[in-house]
Amino acid sequence: MSQPFRLNKEGLINRNKKISFTFNGKKLFGYEGDTIASALIANGIHLVGRSFKYHRPRGFFGAGVEEPNAKLQVEFNGHSEPNVNATEMELVEGLSATSQNCWPSVNFDIGAINNFLKMFFPAGFYYKTFMWPKSFWYKIYEPFIRKAAGLGVASIEKDKERYEHKFEYCDLLVTGSGPSGLASAYAAAKNGAKVILAEDKPRFGGTLLTDDVSIDNLSGKDWAEKIISELKSMPNVTVKNRSQVFGYYDHNMLVMFERVSDHLEKKSKFTPRQRLWYIRAKETILSTGSIERPIVFGNNDTPGIFLSAAAKEYMKVYGVLVGKKPLVFTNNDSAYETALEFKKNNVEPIILDTREEHSSELIDEAKSKGIDIRFSHGVIVANGYKKVKSAKIGKLNKDKNSFEKIETIECDCICVSGFWTPSVHLASQSGNKLKYEDKIDAFIPDKKKQHETSVGAANGSFTLEESLKNGFENGSNLSAKITDTKTEIAIPNVNEKKYGTHDKFWCMPLPKNENPKRFVDFQNDVSVSDIEIALREGYRSIEHVKRYTTLGMATDQGRTSNLNGLQLVSNIENKIVPEVGHTTFRPPFTPITIGTIVGREVGMEYMPTRKTPMHEWHEKNNAVFVDAGAWKRPRYYKQGNETLFEASKREAKNVRENVGICDVTTLGKIDIKGPDAAEFLNRVYTNAWMKLPVGKARYGLMLREDGIVMDDGTTTRISENHYHMTTTTAQAANVLSHLEYYLQIVWPELNVNVVSTTEQWAGAAIAGPKSRDMLSKLYPDLDVSNDALPFMGYKEAEFFGVPSRIFRISFSGELAYEINVKSDNGMFMWEKMMEVGKEFGNQPYGTEALSTLRIEMGHVAGPELDGRTIPSDVSLNGLVSKKKDFIGKNSLVREAFNVESRQKIVGLIPIDRKSSIPEGSHIVQDQNAKLPNPKLGHVSSSCWSVENNNPFSLAIMKDGKNMIGKKFFAVSPLKNKSIEVEVISSHYVDPDGKRVRS
Amino acid sequence: MLYIKCPYCGLRAQKEFSYGGDATVKRPNINEEVSSEDWDNFVYMRKSPRGKHIELWQHIAGCRQWIKVQRDTATHEIFQTAKVTEEIR
Repeated sequence: MSQPFRLNKEGLINRNKKISFTFNGKKLFGYEGDTIASALIANGIHLVGRSFKYHRPRGFFGAGVEEPNAKLQVEFNGHSEPNVNATEMELVEGLSATSQNCWPSVNFDIGAINNFLKMFFPAGFYYKTFMWPKSFWYKIYEPFIRKAAGLGVASIEKDKERYEHKFEYCDLLVTGSGPSGLASAYAAAKNGAKVILAEDKPRFGGTLLTDDVSIDNLSGKDWAEKIISELKSMPNVTVKNRSQVFGYYDHNMLVMFERVSDHLEKKSKFTPRQRLWYIRAKETILSTGSIERPIVFGNNDTPGIFLSAAAKEYMKVYGVLVGKKPLVFTNNDSAYETALEFKKNNVEPIILDTREEHSSELIDEAKSKGIDIRFSHGVIVANGYKKVKSAKIGKLNKDKNSFEKIETIECDCICVSGFWTPSVHLASQSGNKLKYEDKIDAFIPDKKKQHETSVGAANGSFTLEESLKNGFENGSNLSAKITDTKTEIAIPNVNEKKYGTHDKFWCMPLPKNENPKRFVDFQNDVSVSDIEIALREGYRSIEHVKRYTTLGMATDQGRTSNLNGLQLVSNIENKIVPEVGHTTFRPPFTPITIGTIVGREVGMEYMPTRKTPMHEWHEKNNAVFVDAGAWKRPRYYKQGNETLFEASKREAKNVRENVGICDVTTLGKIDIKGPDAAEFLNRVYTNAWMKLPVGKARYGLMLREDGIVMDDGTTTRISENHYHMTTTTAQAANVLSHLEYYLQIVWPELNVNVVSTTEQWAGAAIAGPKSRDMLSKLYPDLDVSNDALPFMGYKEAEFFGVPSRIFRISFSGELAYEINVKSDNGMFMWEKMMEVGKEFGNQPYGTEALSTLRIEMGHVAGPELDGRTIPSDVSLNGLVSKKKDFIGKNSLVREAFNVESRQKIVGLIPIDRKSSIPEGSHIVQDQNAKLPNPKLGHVSSSCWSVENNNPFSLAIMKDGKNMIGKKFFAVSPLKNKSIEVEVISSHYVDPDGKRVRS
Repeated sequence: MLYIKCPYCGLRAQKEFSYGGDATVKRPNINEEVSSEDWDNFVYMRKSPRGKHIELWQHIAGCRQWIKVQRDTATHEIFQTAKVTEEIR
């Protein structure tokens, strides 16, 4: 197997290691160090994809991030990834690449019919065509557009790879390892600064790898190697290749995407595939270089047409010829280097230069090597469908708007250069206001907003001497400010070729009666005529032209098209480019994988899992868990084949009849200490707290300043200046912040401290008529009688040798206690309770039974305290003190809070006593009323009342208390249910609260 | 992501903080009469300035202190941070 376009010697690839891969099913090989692109070109393959709209054949155009066409579906390491840039993805053994956006194959693509129907697909086609009839949208237009708009296919398999995030801080981040980047990093490193140098390619050096230059008598490549190895040896420097800094965010936070192991054949289990770096840099050097822009001409998207610098890179880095009969089409001197490189490899190029005959160092060298140069010439149109076969070229007249002579010459590739565009993306992202530099026909950074400095080609300096000087100076000055050290570095001697001036020429005219497509944006199929249409139709703002035509909106972000598009608009509009302005650059600079953004935060690592000290016991005893925030709580303990419904009914019934225990560790607990603690609680809660004696608990209600209920819970006075507050599981964090807010900001004069003790205590509730009997067995030495430990009483006692707190409080509405022990003793407590409770028929119960118990008692919880209810809405106005001030009190007098018909909590039972009412159902008068059916309220919580053996729900209903006894419908369109219900009191069981006091 | 200097802990990532709104709003004194208008202004009315704004942040994943931050709402530039007991001028 020979590679017809591989040079014998050139390149930086490892010819000792062959790598086999497949492309569209065909077995091929390349070498270690190849990209997919270079390996395919070496094999003579250029047709790799079809264009987005017209399905035109497309080949490679660039050699790196600028590539607009060669996006492939790539399978490797057992996963399939769409839209992989073939010019960036390194070859690995066994990789398999396929073309996208073509059917049945890239060679014969049915969609190419669009190319012949192109008069029907002008700019704004989608906006104009899919407008009517309206009913066609969902079933016909949208699926069609989605299908047609497809690039690659995202895998539906779970991504098995590992991705990581890393946070890093440095004095100086250097983005790009070309000459100016290397110089900056080196100077800063010598000043002792902490430096990170990032290079997106596998090889360091940037243009030093491809330009014919020397620095201090070393070739560019050797000098780059020398500097890199020195930087690598310095402890204050991190050097990273395959790492693209793609986003510049606020306060000098930059984000970098590192391809850690995509190029490796074997890797350890724990090696991440890719890594996302969040880098906080004190200063940033943007040495991102520049990207060559093309000259626009007819059929300029035909496979075999390359940027001239890319052609040179394929020769010098990969030892690959993009063609053997090249045309080099240029408006400047840099493409002459490509021509000379062809010549060096015994290929005869023809240079078409749009400039009039003149002389410069490079032109003279090309002439002396006998290269055919045709001045005032350009390519009018490329011929050939799947590959360039010939080109119609023309001699331009003096005004360059028509031709003096036209001829056709054979060629197999066209290398085009329309001068250089600085990569200002990161600078622009940082907030830098760009300015238009007339000398280079492009934008460069100007007024900075953050700590960034563009150097070298990214700043519009296109000579090596200037870039190096720029780099050394900025690197040294910026770092010296941070480290206070300045090491003098001699700026090296440079040997480079001098370039003449470029021609301000960017689009070839067309001869009369010829109308081939001239593409500006390859990836989105935007041609010169599309932009003309947009302007004709009245679009003026460049941002609007961009959106209407989709110019520059593809995944390549218009890297090769933006400036040509701007030039076109400014020419038609008779404006100068800076008046037209440029569109906004946004991160990411290059596409990055979703996996990298997500990092390790997937599955169980998505958020921390909070487990109570009794978690293992629950697991062993068939608990089915439910998420309560980050907590795992037992929802029910499954026995045999029980369903959730059966199990929760059994557990709740057992509490009502015997005794049950429930893990309540997750309740928020806040320790409140200080001489002003009582005063503080008195302000925080709606009810009175000044007279709560030591050893007593009280139920409290807290509001927001707007009068809405924030949370409820019991607080116990442990000692004179020490309280123990409980909050709901869900509000624990908010309540703590709320308390801290008032103590730190509003009432700093109060001498009170608060701290969360949620995780310091393990809690278990013992509930049921037999709970006191059980308690007396747990505390044989303690008097637990109703007199000694009454409702809302508190005691401290030893629980089989460990300190514990006993609270006589109840959420279930039964006689109940809550025991707290230190977390470490939680499991001990629980197991003891299970052992001692046996004789009383004790069973553990989960959150589902807990809900059942509180709902049928009419106790409110999260679903009722939903951020919309005030105390009187949920029958808690008895807790609202009229005598004292508290948070939110002034809001309770608001008119809307006091209208008679305001929503109130009620109970609902189905008329048939059988149908469970779905939570969230709306209460309506007439189930058949015309929509929108007036809503009278909603069902907040539902359960199967174990006491009455029928369904029961709590609802928040307009004028609720006056509706008791009336019949309505609870409708749930979501569950397609409508249930006739009767309104009753929200206290379905033990309305007088006798049991808790028994 | 903003970089906020906690007056107690030093420069920390925004991730560690939670936002708390306008720091110049003063709650009417407790146990004192307040007009409905003043109360409504305190509870509901907030300015949404473009430019310099003194706001509260809580260093929730750090020292848990509420702090004052003077920030430009348009550019995110932070001019000054201070303890809540200190004035920002």
